[in-house]
Amino acid sequence: MSKIVVENLYKIFGPTPDKAMRMLSSGATKADIMEKTKHGVGVNNVSFSVEEGELVVVMGLSGSGKSTLVRCINRLIEPTAGSVFIDGTNVTKLDAGGLRKLRQEKLGMVFQNFALFPHRTVAQNAEYGLEIAGVPADIRRKKAIQALEVVGLSGWEDQLPAQLSGGMQQRVGLARALALDPDILLMDEAFSALDPLIRRDMQDELINLQQQMHKTIVFISHDLDEALKLGDRIVLMKDGEIIQVGTPEDILTSPADDYVARFVENADISQVLTAESVMKKSEAAAFLKTDGPRAALRKMRTNAIYRLFALDEEHRVVGVLSADGCRDLLTQGEKDLRKAMIPDPITVTPETPANELIQIIHDLPYPLAVVNEDKKLKGVIVRGMLLAALAEGGNIDADS
Amino acid sequence: MQIPKIPLGEGIEYIINFLVDHCAFATKAMSVGLEAGLDVLEDGMLLIPPYIFIPVAAALAWYLSKSKRTGLLTLFGLLLIWNIGLWKATVSTIALVLIATLIAIIIGVPLGIGAAMSRHMHKTVMPILDVMQTMPAFVYLIPAIPFFGLGKVAAIFSTVIFAMPPAIRLTCLGIKQVPGELTECAEAFGSNRWQRLFKLELPLATPTIMAGVNQTVMLALSMVVIAAMIGAKGLGGEVWKAIQRLQMGNGFEAGIGIVIVAMILDRVLQRIGKRKTETR
Repeated sequence: MSKIVVENLYKIFGPTPDKAMRMLSSGATKADIMEKTKHGVGVNNVSFSVEEGELVVVMGLSGSGKSTLVRCINRLIEPTAGSVFIDGTNVTKLDAGGLRKLRQEKLGMVFQNFALFPHRTVAQNAEYGLEIAGVPADIRRKKAIQALEVVGLSGWEDQLPAQLSGGMQQRVGLARALALDPDILLMDEAFSALDPLIRRDMQDELINLQQQMHKTIVFISHDLDEALKLGDRIVLMKDGEIIQVGTPEDILTSPADDYVARFVENADISQVLTAESVMKKSEAAAFLKTDGPRAALRKMRTNAIYRLFALDEEHRVVGVLSADGCRDLLTQGEKDLRKAMIPDPITVTPETPANELIQIIHDLPYPLAVVNEDKKLKGVIVRGMLLAALAEGGNIDADS
Repeated sequence: MQIPKIPLGEGIEYIINFLVDHCAFATKAMSVGLEAGLDVLEDGMLLIPPYIFIPVAAALAWYLSKSKRTGLLTLFGLLLIWNIGLWKATVSTIALVLIATLIAIIIGVPLGIGAAMSRHMHKTVMPILDVMQTMPAFVYLIPAIPFFGLGKVAAIFSTVIFAMPPAIRLTCLGIKQVPGELTECAEAFGSNRWQRLFKLELPLATPTIMAGVNQTVMLALSMVVIAAMIGAKGLGGEVWKAIQRLQMGNGFEAGIGIVIVAMILDRVLQRIGKRKTETR
């Protein structure tokens, strides 16, 4: 079951949204409704779901309704119509008490401009949610200090937020959300107010944290690079509507319409990057002539990878080995790696542009080998590296 | 043809008379109690000889304001007052101001909080405040007499009405000034309305509320002087006496006494308000 389900959600701003709703259902546009009724359409018939442990980035330009959408999930903004389910509970039907309980137990939120309480110390900020939930003082202090440790702010507990830099303030914001140990994190442009270098650090850190925590995260962003880097999936919004939902590759390779295409084009430096600039060079490989399954497994372990390219005597790429395959060989007492190898893997040359790589790598069950004209292994590309390179490359371009 | 005069004054008089007829027994009783309390406070303060009271007050002012200058101002100011023979009148004035301010704050701050929390209350309270603040202060003296009789309690009543508006207004303002982001954040973490008020809004509004309290004290001081006309004694009483007898010297002496008290109270309260802001 999905962790969060949003169904046919509408938010119309104005005193009498009914009329605007009728106009919407008869096909009027956001601009029409604004002109005729002075009502703003914030969110227009949005449906999507977020799986447990998934990081979904809701992306769009300002005014696309993404911040309104995330506030409808925890009802900081009351939706006009539609439903939001969290763990199967219809949030839109909860009474005030139930809503508060849900927020205290399951929803942590991080804000664009940090929204730290200036009169409370870092630790007091971090324990705010627990304090509200009535957790005893010593326990909540302990949890707050743990959360601050997780975000790397040990030793700053008794400072006031004003004494911290922007990046550190947002760490406090993150710690305040994490201290509750919520299932779900709502992050509203959490890194947008930070300068580019700090932002990249925080993104990396969030990725690291997420690998340990496996929270369900809804991350709002106006930055495609950020979305590509962080998102397991991306929800693209425009004028309150969802234009496209998909993995970063989907968005890059098959933009749903011109709007997405233009968005992608802006950040897209895939033309400039080639396989050579993206690949990882010193990748271990198994030599069919000398290595057995035990040696192959050891190489995988020391390099912390699960797949290994197999090379023949001339160091040409002839196949891919998986850790499972090698283990099976070991249990069967087989020595010959060829028995477990997927032969003739797809390879590319170092000059292949990154936008072609995206299409090739999309559904590839193993990493992509980069080989020269003699089929000798030059490097390896995995999906994450490619997306990171695209995202980082965009930043580097923008900075220089 | 002549348009008949709308009987506005008559109407108000009727209402007040009605209230006097039906409530005065209660307010008069209250008046007796309050007056007794006030006398106890005043007598208690007078019981302490000035040569002990003045240094202690100066030290307290120094401690509260963290400023040597305010301490010295208090010391020499009060010594001067003692010297020119206005000690008793000054103590009486300070006692009146303290009680009136206390009542104004006890009523005003909760009203301000209410006005910040409820739009209906805001709509009701604000126009009343406009009237209260623009109505000439002397007018309040008139109905005070039938309800409380001549004397200090009537003075306190009109002083409270005159001095309360800033406490209400600035409390309301202080709470409304809390950034929307922060209140949204408090909501997002599941705070109820009271938790939001006590953990976020009131702490952040404190400097503004203190500014309101400061203004209330200043207004109370000025009203206590005017209220001398209905029998509040103290420094105002001295001024009033001097006016009636055309004694310029006495009038200015009492006036200077009022200025000194005002300066001491203002400096001390301002510093307290500022200190609150700095630690935040």
